[in-house]
Amino acid sequence: MASARVYAHVVRAQIRSQAQYRASFLIDLFGSMAVNALDIATVFVLFSVTGGLGGFGGGPVLLMAALSAASFSLADMAVGTADRLREYVRSGQFDSLLLRPLSTLAQLVAVNFAFRRVGRVVQGLVLYVVALAVAGVHWTLGAAVLAVVAPLVGGVFFGSLFVAGATVAFWWIESGEVANAFTYGGRDFTSYPVTMFGGWFRDLFAIALGFAFVAYLPALALLDRPDPLGLPDWLRWCSPVVALVAACLAALFWRVGVRNYRSTGS
Amino acid sequence: MSRAPLALLAAGFRRYSTYRQATFAGIFTNSVFGFLRCYLLLSVAEEAGSVAGYSGSQLVTYVWLGQGMLATVNSWTPLDLAERVRTGDVVADLLRPIDPLWTYLWTDLGRACFAVLTRLAVPLGVGAFAFGLYVPDDPLVYPVLLLSLVLAVVTGFACRYLIGLTAFWLLDIRGLNMVWVFFSGFASGLYFPLAVLPEWLSTLLWVATPFPVLMQSSIDIAVERGGLGHGLLVLAGQAAWALLLLWACRVVQRRGVRRLVVQGG
Repeated sequence: MASARVYAHVVRAQIRSQAQYRASFLIDLFGSMAVNALDIATVFVLFSVTGGLGGFGGGPVLLMAALSAASFSLADMAVGTADRLREYVRSGQFDSLLLRPLSTLAQLVAVNFAFRRVGRVVQGLVLYVVALAVAGVHWTLGAAVLAVVAPLVGGVFFGSLFVAGATVAFWWIESGEVANAFTYGGRDFTSYPVTMFGGWFRDLFAIALGFAFVAYLPALALLDRPDPLGLPDWLRWCSPVVALVAACLAALFWRVGVRNYRSTGS
Repeated sequence: MSRAPLALLAAGFRRYSTYRQATFAGIFTNSVFGFLRCYLLLSVAEEAGSVAGYSGSQLVTYVWLGQGMLATVNSWTPLDLAERVRTGDVVADLLRPIDPLWTYLWTDLGRACFAVLTRLAVPLGVGAFAFGLYVPDDPLVYPVLLLSLVLAVVTGFACRYLIGLTAFWLLDIRGLNMVWVFFSGFASGLYFPLAVLPEWLSTLLWVATPFPVLMQSSIDIAVERGGLGHGLLVLAGQAAWALLLLWACRVVQRRGVRRLVVQGG
């Protein structure tokens, strides 16, 4: 409990310090919102060619894209800056995190908390609410609960990827781009119906890496539609379990990484 | 004097060839995005027959050449010029017998040469292996494409140099850089072929902005969109933008240097 107060304090200090440079803060805020809007626009530019994507109409496509955007932006704001770890490892600054009696990961994330990304979160959540209203959701008690937890669960999933991707820097400092393939690549993958992809690439990203559980399967559950690719219906409700497993794996990986940390010695 | 450009070119090439892990990581990421975008566009094309007139194999070339060019033109990585202006280090660059514009240009071309051999060639190979690239009918396309790639790199460089030069006035160029990343992404044809856009918008982008020159031009030449005649026209447009922007760099630099104040300390 005492440590929670410390983190809250650090995060508040971060927010205050970022808000000091008002012009810079606003540029960051609106710039990242524009980039986010562009991602959604890209989905609809492709959508406009045939008036559908992968066998889905406008409502479901919007719901998947919005759920993906909301999940990703939540994770990006909360732990997206974990990739700063590579500077900490390169400079040996990570030592200072190890000296304090707090979790190293939580410190890293709190000290670099990116409040300027809050615009994208709001944007993603508003879009998600609009999508829920227009997509023709089949409202039941289960659907209502899922609708509320889905973006959080997706956020946990992406957050695990951010952490796992950053952890690689303990062994391989120049790995930033590889992590991008799964974080930003994952965001792009989850923005579209899984049916658009094919071959081993679909199996790898959708099932083995679990990206189908971020937006595609929850959206199918909300719309009460079976998976055209033939996955069993109950799997559509399993996103929380998958996210939990992802979070545990990421935490475990982080611990292994910290054990392997070698300081610069200077 | 004529040996200096070559030496700078070689230095740029050697510098980037030492970043082996980063090169590998970049190739991996570009390839993942290549698969992703390729499946998306092919899925749309399967239903519609084509996407804005690009057939299946043309779309494959569009995606994989685009991923390779993103790394070759390197529009998303700002030059360190702005940082050097901010710290005052640019004074050392200005004291040298070669104009920093050319120093930066030749070094960047060296970087691009290395990028062509690694970050362009490997993803293209992956795309060819996994999906099958478009093979041009006319062998003349290859030399034209090569020239087009060089002009794309020069134009991309000139744009980034201009942005760096604004540091003489702005000091902090992050905001401008964000605007640049936004436009150079979507208006160069990275996310979708520009022909998908409404006609007035794509015409506006082609005529009034240098962005299509960074990527879409070379891709259209590679897939023989509109034949070789159209390709040569596109190439001429690229040359015009490259020259215009380099000239703009010279003018802006001359004015910027007059404003330069190096903080002591």
